[in-house]
This record gives sequence, C-alpha cells and structure tokens, in this order.
Amino acid sequence: MKLDEVPQDADGSKYGGHQKLLYAVDDKGEYHEAQSAGWEAENYATDLALQELEQQAQQARADWQAGATSVLPYLMYRYRMDELALAQCTGLWRWRIRRHFRPAVFAALPQKILLRYAQAFSLPLEQLTACQQGYRDDL
Amino acid sequence: MTFNHQQSAHCETGVMSSLLTHAGLPMSEPMAFGLASGLAFAYLPLVKLGGMPLIAYRMPPKHIIKTLSKRLGCRLHVQTFGNEAQGRAALDRALDEGRLVGMQSSVFWLPYFPPEMRFHFNAHNLLAYGREGDEYLLSDPVFEQPVRCAADDLQRARFAKGALAPKGLLYWLDDVPQEQDWPALVRKSILGTTRILDGLPLPWIGVRGIRHLAGKIGKLDAQGHKYNRLYLTHIVRMQEEIGTGGAGFRFMYASFLQEAGRLIGDERLCELSTRLTATGDQWRQFASLCVQHGRSKQNPPPLSQLSDSLLQIADSEQQLVAGLKGWLKD
Repeated sequence: MKLDEVPQDADGSKYGGHQKLLYAVDDKGEYHEAQSAGWEAENYATDLALQELEQQAQQARADWQAGATSVLPYLMYRYRMDELALAQCTGLWRWRIRRHFRPAVFAALPQKILLRYAQAFSLPLEQLTACQQGYRDDL
Repeated sequence: MTFNHQQSAHCETGVMSSLLTHAGLPMSEPMAFGLASGLAFAYLPLVKLGGMPLIAYRMPPKHIIKTLSKRLGCRLHVQTFGNEAQGRAALDRALDEGRLVGMQSSVFWLPYFPPEMRFHFNAHNLLAYGREGDEYLLSDPVFEQPVRCAADDLQRARFAKGALAPKGLLYWLDDVPQEQDWPALVRKSILGTTRILDGLPLPWIGVRGIRHLAGKIGKLDAQGHKYNRLYLTHIVRMQEEIGTGGAGFRFMYASFLQEAGRLIGDERLCELSTRLTATGDQWRQFASLCVQHGRSKQNPPPLSQLSDSLLQIADSEQQLVAGLKGWLKD
C-alpha cells in the first residue's frame, strides 16, 4: 500500500472520530507510519456486525416485553455477548443459561445466581430483582 | 515520570515498543513485532467469536511480550491476581515507585473506546504511567493521545471475566540490556516465522491454513447469502479492524524486514520486504472482494473468485517463506 492509497473514508467510519495507524510505503518503497480516518470496506464489515447485534437485541427486547422470554437474552445482546460469551462470563453452563431464558425459571432464580448475571453485565442486582418481579420497562 | 506516548497499530507490539524505548532501548513497533516472530496465520474452527471461527494473523496473545523479553534478555515481571483489591493496590504501588506498567484488559469496559469499537475482547494491552486523584493516566497504544480512565472503570476492565480473562495482569521490564547482537536476533526471529508460516504439519496454521480457508469459502452454500455475508465480513474484521497495521500484519512485517535489512546492512531483506508489501496489497484486495460479495445482491463476485484470490495469496506467502529460508541458508 502506497502512502497516497491509505484510505481516508471518514464518512461512515467506525473509529468514533479517531484515526488508526497503518504502515505504508512512499514512492521510493520506504515504510512510514500513516494515519487512516477509516476504510470503506472495513466500515461496512463493522457496521454489519453492529447491525446484527442491534437486531438481535431489539428482537430479544420485544420478546422480553411480550413476556415470551426473561430479560436475560435482551441484556446478553445489548452487552454484545452471545450464549457462549455469557456462559464464560458467568461461569454457568450454556444449558442452564438457556433455561434461565424462560420467564418462569428466571422468576425463581436465587439471588446468588442473579448476582452472577448482574456482575457479567455490570448492573446493580436490584435491577435484575425488579425484572424478576415483573418490571418490563426499559433498563 | 517523563513518558512519551506513541500511537501504534497494534496493542501488544505498541506496549512492548514503548516499554523498551522507555527503558533506553529504542525499538519501533515493526521491530518489536518482527523480532518476536509475531507473524502467523491461523484458522481455528473450534474457537468461536460471535459464532464464527477465530481467524488470526499473528501469534496468540502474550506471545510477543514473552518472546521479545526472552530474546532481548530482559527480565519480565508478570503478576496476576485472584483478589481484585490486591490487583488495584499492586498497580498503585508500581506507579508510586515510578514504573511504567503494562496491563491486560477487556476492550468492552474501557469507557474511552468509542461505542462502535467496543467488543468483548479480553486480551487488550495498555500502559499506565501515572495517577491523578481518582483517575489513571494511560497510554493506550492504539489511540493518538494519552487517555484518562476512572479507577472503577479500569478495575472492571482489568478483571473482566470470560475467554482470555486478564485477571488483572500487570507486567513491566527490568534490566533491559542496551547492547544487542542484532544480526543474530534478526536471524533467529525470521527462522521462527518461516517455521510457523510453512513448517507445521497442521492444516489450520500458516500457508496451509490460508489454503484451508480458501477451501471453506469455496464450499459455502451460494444460496445462504445472509450467512456468507457475515462470514466473509468476519474475515475482513479479523484482518483489518483489530489493529493490524493493514493487511493482517503483513505491512507491519514488511516494514520490519526493511528496517532489519538496513540495521544489519543486508539489501536482500529489503527486497523480500517489497515482495511482502505486494502480498499485503493482495490481502487488501481480497478484503475488498469479500465486502463486494456481501454488498451486491444482484451480481456478487462468485465465491470461486474469492477462494482463488486466497489461493494466490497462499502461493505468494509460500514463495516469500522460501525466499526467507534461502536468505537464512547464506
């Protein structure tokens, strides 16, 4: 990559206004550091991943508010996790986590288990307790 | 402490470059990367990231820190903590002693990261160089400027749970020798890289791994556009998004070959650098193709074109390794 080919696609950049460092060569083939404001191809890839997570979170939120699932799937996607990541963060088996997605099972969870979820999402335990008791507005 | 923050492409190499330079052994990021034999390729179907296989363009986390310290003959002090309060106290003590401290942390819980960049990746590396009130003064290598972070936020990031959990890891370098046998170091590190890229009898690592991935892409179901799109852009993210200096560390390694060639006065390494730059350009084109495929619903570039492009990359990397091996023999 030549220095003048270093992409500067700031529009739609996913660097949050920051610049990223790349290595590129000048006309004589000498390597230099070069800052990039974003690369259109990379922006698309990041954006797609973010959209996917956002859609999953919205779907899970709707399911939670309709009473079809517990609040956990919504929180899981909102905090950009999947079942595997949540299992690793809480130290619970995946099948247990899936069980906790059922509203009735979630409502009966002891504080000890709830605390593990609270720590994984870095939320106050009271918020999860409130959800157990039927709180369905936004968190 | 007088400390100069320097922006880097990648966190681990950036931290090592800063630690060594601060200790009186000036070292650029590409040199730190190359001398630690950081370059690799791995396709790991059993390690999942968001349901996708892990695709890595470098050696696993901590490899660079450990290998580089060992090769340069520095004493690497490392410490992890079962007790979070002790982890915090140890960081404060080290800073009070005037040390520049390396730390491992999660990316997701660091508030100064823009929301678009916050994913659950626990093997991020950064430096602390001071403390002011309830804030830590941090040098995060991938940022342009030093940053500040509230103590509770940093604590959460240092003790994030999950895969590659940092457990509050702190590290610093003691006794950094200023005299180095550069020709021997360059040789040893290049030998290591040739073995990783083309020398392991495993189908997922190095040049074989690239061919393996090409096979996987060729076998994708052309009807499953939604999955294919996520799969292909996942490769692009592994290659570009996660601070690689462009083309999955290929440009950074090419820069190392050039700098190393100048340092030990061997023009042939500079020629190999030029060849690797061309391979890096192929990687960038491959990334563009992946995105084009995801984008166009009507006429996407056929999957066979993507997989052929990867096979060509595998050939170029194999030739490069052959060139490096030839250089080692002389």
